[in-house]
Amino acid sequence: MQRVRLTFLDRLIKEPVVYQLGKKFDIVTNIRRADIQEGIGWVILELEGEDAEIDRGLEWARTVGVRVDPALGDLVEP
Amino acid sequence: MTHVTSLRCKECSREYPVGAFNVCEFCFGPLEVRYDLDAIKEAVSRESIAAGPNSLWRYADFLPADHNPDVDINAGFTPLIRSKGLADKFGLEELWIKNDSVNPSYSFKDRVVAVASAKALELGFDTLACASTGNLACAVAAHAARGNMKAYVFIPSDLEAGKVLGAAIYGPTMIAIDGTYDDVNRLCSELADTYPWAFVNINIRPFYADGSKTLGFEVAEQLGWRAPAHVVAPSASGAMFTKIFQGFNEFAYTGLIGKVETKMHCVQARGCSPIATAYEEGRLIIRPVRANTIAKSLGIGNPADGYYALKVIEASGGSAVIAEEHEVAEGIKLLAEADGIFTEGAGGVAVAGLRRLVERGTIKPDEPTVLYITGNGLKTTEVVADVVHPIHIEPTVAAFQDAIGARA
Repeated sequence: MQRVRLTFLDRLIKEPVVYQLGKKFDIVTNIRRADIQEGIGWVILELEGEDAEIDRGLEWARTVGVRVDPALGDLVEP
Repeated sequence: MTHVTSLRCKECSREYPVGAFNVCEFCFGPLEVRYDLDAIKEAVSRESIAAGPNSLWRYADFLPADHNPDVDINAGFTPLIRSKGLADKFGLEELWIKNDSVNPSYSFKDRVVAVASAKALELGFDTLACASTGNLACAVAAHAARGNMKAYVFIPSDLEAGKVLGAAIYGPTMIAIDGTYDDVNRLCSELADTYPWAFVNINIRPFYADGSKTLGFEVAEQLGWRAPAHVVAPSASGAMFTKIFQGFNEFAYTGLIGKVETKMHCVQARGCSPIATAYEEGRLIIRPVRANTIAKSLGIGNPADGYYALKVIEASGGSAVIAEEHEVAEGIKLLAEADGIFTEGAGGVAVAGLRRLVERGTIKPDEPTVLYITGNGLKTTEVVADVVHPIHIEPTVAAFQDAIGARA
């Protein structure tokens, strides 16, 4: 299981990225929180599946331009 | 004794019993500590606080852990100095500098780790852990050493070894992770779920974060029991910034100071400014960035408390400003030359931000202002290495006099 935050900009807001994550990959997506405003939006997701499959799915998301981050912010602190 | 009542989700307000977890299981929102402020009000007075130890534990009633001398290295109660040099340069009549660079491991992180380590012992942990590239690692390793706890510090393997010397000296187990910054983030998240350790900024983060409230408490007490008109503070995750404001407001609620009218100003460096950029664009959504700033101690591209920092700015009538990268070293030098305080990059950012706020007229000359300096310059000497240019002379008085152009 992974908790991630996806950030979408501009055109990607209209794209069904979360749907495609579950369709293209063997991943169960569960939206826990989200906020979409003009020009930017984010969604916090719980992802269930094999680690390697989740990695592939998130890599695909990055390639289409989605920013992928840990759900709770960076854990590596200065 | 603590006056903690529960943990509560900052998003959906669900309540949880006190324990080592930081996430709401429903909405994945962050948890925060709730207190019985009315009980605190009954328990404390200006006199009782003033009679307490010269450390952050003088505010123990407002903290989520009891004072435990076994793990205490005397963090906090650092000097609040009335600026002369910087105040004159910027034309400010009442500028104060909170010099938190003189904490035991030389940054404000001793505050959060002091509270986290005390709480970790209360909760039965024998191991402290963190993922850090600098100040946090130092604070965790130092407190663990004092508390006779085991310490694990995770660092990216491409980090220069010298950066973690200040942590390594205390003898933690240091793990260098081969992989990207994202890989380190992810691994630490998994480890925090797997090992029975107190990962200070992960599973015990609600307690850890509240250590920064003492930056508000101390300033209010040191100013003669009042909050300033303006706070100027550097920001990375946004947590410290929000907790300073919470500290002022808890003091006001409990009657220790009057109404809080402090405007909170957050400063970030151009190379990592997700909070300030969102502010400038007039939105409350943080757009994460890849940190690329000379002010390494502010390098958090995906700030956990960025949204809450923006809410504090909004609630207080404050602002956020961006310091240009070239202003970081300038700010460090300026503070050193003007007021005799040697700070790291974050302090240079704060000085640059203060200058901008004065230039814009946001801070008026007669308004009491506090500048937070959160880390020590000896940790990042490379940023200002160009200041070293000694005058070379032969070992004679004549040579000296020739060199400085002044004969007796």
